[in-house]
Amino acid sequence: MAIATNGKQAAKAEKPSKIGGAATWADDRLGLATIAKKQIRKVFPDHWSFMLGEIALWSFVVLLLTGVFLTLWFKPSMAEVTYMGSYDQLRGLHMSEAYASTLEISFDVRGGLLMRQMHHWSAMLFIAAMFVHMMRVFFTGAFRKPRELNWVIGGLLLMLGILEGFAGYSLPDDLLSGTGLRIADGLMKSVPVLGTYVSFFAFGGEFPGDDIIPRLYTVHVLLIPGLLLALIGAHMLLLVYHKHTQWAGPGRTEENVVGFPMMPVYAAKAGGFFFIVFGVTALMGGLMQINPVWRFGPYNPAEVTAGSQPDWYMGVAEGLLRIMPGWETELFGFTLSWNVFIPGVVAPGIIFGLVLAYPFIEAWITGDKREHHLLQRPRNAPNRTAFMVAMMTLYGLLWAAGGNDILAVVFNLNLNYITYFMRVAVFVGPVIAFILARRWAISLQRHDQEALLHGYETGVIMRSPEGAYSERHLPIDPARAYTLTARDRDQVYALPSGEDENGVKAPGTRRNRLRAKLSHYWFAHNVQKPTREELEEAREHAEHELAMHSGGHQHMPAGDYLGDHELDGHPADGHQFDGRHDVHGEELRKH
Amino acid sequence: MRMLSARLSSRRRSPLAGVVVLLLGLLVTGGAYALLSPATAQDSAAGDEALVSQGRELFLVGCASCHGKNAEGIVTQDGTQYGPSLVGVGAAAVDFQVSTGRMPMAQPGVQAPRKDRLYNEEETRQLAAYVASLGPGPAIPTAEQYDPETIPEEEREEAIVRGGEFFRTNCTACHNFAGSGGALPGGKYAPTLIGVEPKHVYEAMLTGPQQMPVFSDDVLKPEEKRDVIAYLQANEETPNYGGSALGSYGPVSEGMFAWLAGIGVLVGFAVWIAAHSTRSKKGVQQ
Repeated sequence: MAIATNGKQAAKAEKPSKIGGAATWADDRLGLATIAKKQIRKVFPDHWSFMLGEIALWSFVVLLLTGVFLTLWFKPSMAEVTYMGSYDQLRGLHMSEAYASTLEISFDVRGGLLMRQMHHWSAMLFIAAMFVHMMRVFFTGAFRKPRELNWVIGGLLLMLGILEGFAGYSLPDDLLSGTGLRIADGLMKSVPVLGTYVSFFAFGGEFPGDDIIPRLYTVHVLLIPGLLLALIGAHMLLLVYHKHTQWAGPGRTEENVVGFPMMPVYAAKAGGFFFIVFGVTALMGGLMQINPVWRFGPYNPAEVTAGSQPDWYMGVAEGLLRIMPGWETELFGFTLSWNVFIPGVVAPGIIFGLVLAYPFIEAWITGDKREHHLLQRPRNAPNRTAFMVAMMTLYGLLWAAGGNDILAVVFNLNLNYITYFMRVAVFVGPVIAFILARRWAISLQRHDQEALLHGYETGVIMRSPEGAYSERHLPIDPARAYTLTARDRDQVYALPSGEDENGVKAPGTRRNRLRAKLSHYWFAHNVQKPTREELEEAREHAEHELAMHSGGHQHMPAGDYLGDHELDGHPADGHQFDGRHDVHGEELRKH
Repeated sequence: MRMLSARLSSRRRSPLAGVVVLLLGLLVTGGAYALLSPATAQDSAAGDEALVSQGRELFLVGCASCHGKNAEGIVTQDGTQYGPSLVGVGAAAVDFQVSTGRMPMAQPGVQAPRKDRLYNEEETRQLAAYVASLGPGPAIPTAEQYDPETIPEEEREEAIVRGGEFFRTNCTACHNFAGSGGALPGGKYAPTLIGVEPKHVYEAMLTGPQQMPVFSDDVLKPEEKRDVIAYLQANEETPNYGGSALGSYGPVSEGMFAWLAGIGVLVGFAVWIAAHSTRSKKGVQQ
């Protein structure tokens, strides 16, 4: 279209495009533009670890999509039917409608098996991604004020996700489902006094009854997904409200967020990531068999199979049950099954309570009430990092204990020895892991300190006239130095004096003493970032070093730097130092 | 005699003497070996008596060190069995143990592992005949007893379904839902059933080798045993619906693949996405 330039005619507004027209139509009625205007320019920082939660989110979307497909054919009923479908090895067998319809989805519905397998794989990925995301948040201290409540929401999401997974695992009413439900029944019954009532309430009578599958179905497709959706919404609203945390670096402060706007960069990245997650799940669903219910057969309380395990996220509970010694007490004619109650009910309760309460426990020990938007590197919080590593070790050991029979048969090991080993290892392993990780983190802190005060190792080896060899160090990049020093100094909580001037004891002294002790353990071994004086002295020293070689003199007093090379912090190529030719006028390599 | 030795003696320096002595030596050792060595297939027409005696010869060389010279078993000083008595175990037990290579064991252990067989079919038959002669026991089953092919075509499907029920009720607890094996206490295990010959599966049920309970014909009728075998065979013949079975070990291996393949790949993609931003190019410093 030619643009009128002679000024004889007034320029007319172009006819709006169809999409633009539709958008205006919608905006006039919904007023979305005003809300969207701000949000689509929302800035997100760029780091791979910030995308782990997204894997969980997109897996949840895949779960919703494939789950809706499955509900179209699945019959949540325990009524007995005769299977007449197309799987030969089971035809003519009596089974529940739930199991028969699962077989129908697998063998007689077009794409049904793919959908079932995708649903199952993406459930595994959903919870695994939540775990990985949680570890990232934990290691970087992203749960600190003001994000403690979002951490709690995340913890609830994880718990609900596991429950939802267990409900789904139980629905097909195959041999593994039933075995899992039997264990759940046992856990309920192990609760002193209430146990039997709880179990009869849940199963509508004696196990297995006819009620549990329809009930679990409602829980699985309505109750928990609804809660999950609501909590995911709250989780993300809080994310937008708090703004995303970011790594320290030049230009990044507690008051800003440096990154790219939502539109178009993040919309494209996140949208693309959804398709990647969907694609990977589809590949897994198409290529890797999961939960072959037709092999397990319908549930029959008289049957059990070797390799009866829950899905991986319940592996810890399974491991706890498997390694627990068989302790029981008989009291007034009633048996208290500690062997089931402690690992099945008490231990998971403690673990989840600890997870949810962690931000508050740490804040109490450190006394840190400030807001934090810059992330901490794991090494700069050695005890927190070590705690998580210990928890991961415990988790891994219990998980392995839950698969002790598979380990025994695959690696030709003795089943009993694995169990005995695990009984000790779950107590010793985490302690060892804690000590190792803590010292490792502190060593890395020392390494940072070294880089700040003595520079980095250039790899240039010098020989002095006396014949001694030494390696040249050069100051690190100022941007990197900034990043390394952009952290707070840790402050050990000092115990307030026990009595005031009138000899009255301060309230809560005992609690404070504990806190001071913990705080001392938490911080006292950490390496604090160098002070301004230390950094200046280090720089002076470096300048002196450079001057010595620049002028070809070996002994020049400190501060008498006469060369014209700027200490720009970039690596030298080494020729300046070889001492064989005059370096006057030669530039240090700039880039 | 004197004359003979004198005559021989006079010829001992003959140029042919060395050759003659060599030939004689070879003849004697060869003949003695043929007569005295553990008899291999020598006479297929030999009757039961011959089979038993040949089996006994083999037994004394290969089995007696653990099971005793009369297969009465050897008890150690602390009361445990070094090798159990074989009186009354029957030919089926010998056929199973020897032709799957479990016996003779390479070394004492909690359980005899399956390995390449040491005795050929003929020798196995002889050993079985000898052990069967010690006392009444289950005989080696015939093909119509164990072979699922002998089930009439129209009844086969029903037999497979029935066999599946027996299998899930009696076998999966140790051998796993797919027959891929499982662990038992104290380093013992139920071996995999995948690729095991129908005859051996039948004999195992009949005789209860190693840790396995005996499923006698009163407990599981011969045709019910055959149904179980038919189910196992049907499983091996059906394709792996839904992709690779990941070892058929159930949720443990699935969990491992969810982490290694699933989360591993997705985190890799997250790194890849974050590494590609509008303003960042690889390899160039800002």
